[in-house]
Amino acid sequence: MCDVFNSWGSKQSRKPAAVKLLENFMWRRTAVIGPLLSNRLAVAGFHEKGIMSRKLHARRIEGIDKNIWVEFTQLAADYKAVNLGQGFPDFPPPSFIQEAFCKALNGGFHMHQYTRAFGHPNLVKILAKFFSRIVGREIDPMEDILVSVGAYQALFCTFQALIDEGDEVIIVEPFFDCYQPMVKMAGGTAIYVPLKPREGCGPALSSADWVLSPEELASKFSPCTKAIVINTPNNPLGKVYQQEELQVIADLCIKHDVICISDEVYEWLTYDGTKHVKIASLPGMWERTVTIGSAGKTFSATGWKVGWAMGSGHILKHLKTVHQNSVYHCATAAQEAVAVGFQREYDLFGTEDSYFLQLPLHLHEKRLRLADCLKSVGLKPILPQGGYFMIADISKLNINLTDPSTKDELYDYRFVKWLIKEKGLATIPVSAFYSPEHREEFQKYIRFCFVKEDSTLQAAEDILRQWSESK
Amino acid sequence: MASLKHKNTKRIEGLDKNVWVAFTSVAADPSIVNLGQGFPDIPPPSYVKEGLAQAAMVDRLNQYTRGFGHPTLVKALSKVYGKVYDRQLDPFKEILVTVGGYGSLFSAMQALVEEGDEVIIIEPFFDCYVPMVKMAGAKPVFIPLRLKSPATTSINSADWVLDLEELASKFNSKTKAIIINTPNNPIGKIFSRSELQAIADLCIKHDTLCFSDEVYEWLIYKGHEHVKIATLPGMWDRTITIGSAGKTFSVTGWKLGWSIGPEHLIKHLQTVMQNSLYTCPTPLQEAVGQGLLRDYELMGQPDCYFSSLALELEGKRDRMAAMLRQIGMTPVVPEGGYFMIVDVTALNQDLSHMGDEEPYDYKFVKWMIKEKKLAAIPVTAFVGEDSVKQFEKYIRLCFIKQDSTLDAAEAILKSWNKS
Repeated sequence: MCDVFNSWGSKQSRKPAAVKLLENFMWRRTAVIGPLLSNRLAVAGFHEKGIMSRKLHARRIEGIDKNIWVEFTQLAADYKAVNLGQGFPDFPPPSFIQEAFCKALNGGFHMHQYTRAFGHPNLVKILAKFFSRIVGREIDPMEDILVSVGAYQALFCTFQALIDEGDEVIIVEPFFDCYQPMVKMAGGTAIYVPLKPREGCGPALSSADWVLSPEELASKFSPCTKAIVINTPNNPLGKVYQQEELQVIADLCIKHDVICISDEVYEWLTYDGTKHVKIASLPGMWERTVTIGSAGKTFSATGWKVGWAMGSGHILKHLKTVHQNSVYHCATAAQEAVAVGFQREYDLFGTEDSYFLQLPLHLHEKRLRLADCLKSVGLKPILPQGGYFMIADISKLNINLTDPSTKDELYDYRFVKWLIKEKGLATIPVSAFYSPEHREEFQKYIRFCFVKEDSTLQAAEDILRQWSESK
Repeated sequence: MASLKHKNTKRIEGLDKNVWVAFTSVAADPSIVNLGQGFPDIPPPSYVKEGLAQAAMVDRLNQYTRGFGHPTLVKALSKVYGKVYDRQLDPFKEILVTVGGYGSLFSAMQALVEEGDEVIIIEPFFDCYVPMVKMAGAKPVFIPLRLKSPATTSINSADWVLDLEELASKFNSKTKAIIINTPNNPIGKIFSRSELQAIADLCIKHDTLCFSDEVYEWLIYKGHEHVKIATLPGMWDRTITIGSAGKTFSVTGWKLGWSIGPEHLIKHLQTVMQNSLYTCPTPLQEAVGQGLLRDYELMGQPDCYFSSLALELEGKRDRMAAMLRQIGMTPVVPEGGYFMIVDVTALNQDLSHMGDEEPYDYKFVKWMIKEKKLAAIPVTAFVGEDSVKQFEKYIRLCFIKQDSTLDAAEAILKSWNKS
């Protein structure tokens, strides 16, 4: 039936638009494979007003168009709020890295032209050297590392390279929000397992008290499980997985032959002597782990968008294939600067001049200060062992949220919007880091970023104190 | 034991090979004169470099910016292209900043193309189009440019044309998009208004999208005009036009590009962006934005970099064509871009000792790198299997090189027959 109408339509090309409008009446079969075959009515004469008649977007982007950052960063900007929302420092990167960047961009014409697609040689070599020492094995700079446009793109390459339609991916909640749409875009199915406050330990005041149930975790593995995603230190909770906890995950990965995607962008930010453990260093795990890192988080330069994926060459080669067919190269000068930064840190590792020691020390105090302030105004913070963020329980506050525009949203969304609009303080609702199925259970927490100048934290404190006093 | 579960996904099956991987490492040898990969060995304009140095000094420009494009940059793009398109461009809804022109192509493909779709690709094509179409699950459909018999012995890129009947035959109800590249890499052809009109007519008739890769849009030589297919009637709403800071400002290593188009298409590319890499580097975007604003003021004047670069390259183009003719090769003089393809048949180089596995041009380039220390790229890397025979006597040379590089190339060519 479709062909009859198509051939009728094909003689239309030279007719004026108005005539086409009257005469053209084409049934078009959109090329969709699967249970849904949709036939759509097309009126080709509308081309002047620009309505393309056929379905435009690919199915792979169905349902992943919403994004919390777009919504909330706009809101924070509109209300000029004190921004403890989005996770980036409002203080500068260390001077040695800024100098390295200046030097790189004055370093001859080749600093402004394409470099090696899978990673600038100077950078992959120092990353290999640096992390070989930590992981305890010889990492090959050319085979085992892929440099990417931020850790975000490393995650994207990982999912696109390894997750096919029908594959299951276990995601530990709460999770950095991009994992879910990336799994979806790759055609995978996300299976969620929550971190929960440990039973019988009283109020869970530290991120260490939020744990996985090994039985519950084991129950999530199936023959379809392709990968599990962990994030340590965790965003938003700040949990730093202990060796025993990683061993439980590792045992399951080995038993079920599953890949572990370990997002470790906050790896240098641990407090109170908490040790960051790389799951890739556990026995049997190197060959099945993709470890993700970020220069942006490492050197407080999130706007440089330099990240990497590290792992066994037989897995990394697939990420490289995705990379070479999507962006191909990353910016040269920034990679050179990050390489210089890592060389410096390699030489100073473990000493008091190391930025990797200085930054967590610097943030340690800010973390405690914010926690004290939140407690003093009736919020219940959960002290993070690592990372940039702190979540706080807002259930004891009794705010009358009457804004009609948010009435269908979850409590934390409504509260955060109210806090931005009425008090000029921006945070992020934690239910955004939960799956649709568990979101309602966790709608009483909001997330604060404390990687901010003291003046910003002071301004936030003033707002909270004023609000608390006026109640 | 390598696990079966750790193999690649279906979407990247067979997409691991790449002509650049084969040839760029070879040409990295400093004793080889590299006219292969397309990047300048001339420095970028100083104000662009300075712009980057200045941007890096501003604290907040070292942190995340707006995901779909840094405000300074998208506003500058809307100004520059608003003038070029002669239309108001919404910087936030009709522009997306991506990781190079490459990133724009990827975003467009992932956003708008899927299994069951066909995408028409004109040969020769920038090699990434095919793997990107395949990764999106679609089928590439090829149509070659054909050399119409030239009136004189001198060939230029305008002599390579589409057979319009053949083109029409490639369209059907499954055709989701056609990719055009103007100026074209590798031939340097600039599609004329009438050629674009013919393509536009077919796009409208078959309700097809057009992805127009115009990264070389400013490199237009005397007597030629770059026409944007998106400005033809009925085309704005179905075209994504791709541009590149790397090619515009001779900073390929900055990897910034952009897609311009109607909101109802760009929004889907934005969805891909926010789920793939989220945002592009901030200081680089700021510097490109500042550079564009500076050149916007100079548009139409000789010291606008958009035109001054083209002027500089035209001399190099003519010099390269002359060098090649001197030893009996027939260059295809490009109307635009910074590549030239040349027919090596007249050299009569016997390569039978290199076996039958590869097309002639691959063998010729490998032989030339080894024996003559001169690197180029085989043109069949840019065509589908069915067109290999048509193009296997051509190699591609890049002429956006400093004089000393061209001098070295000339010396090699002059002594060609002596060794």
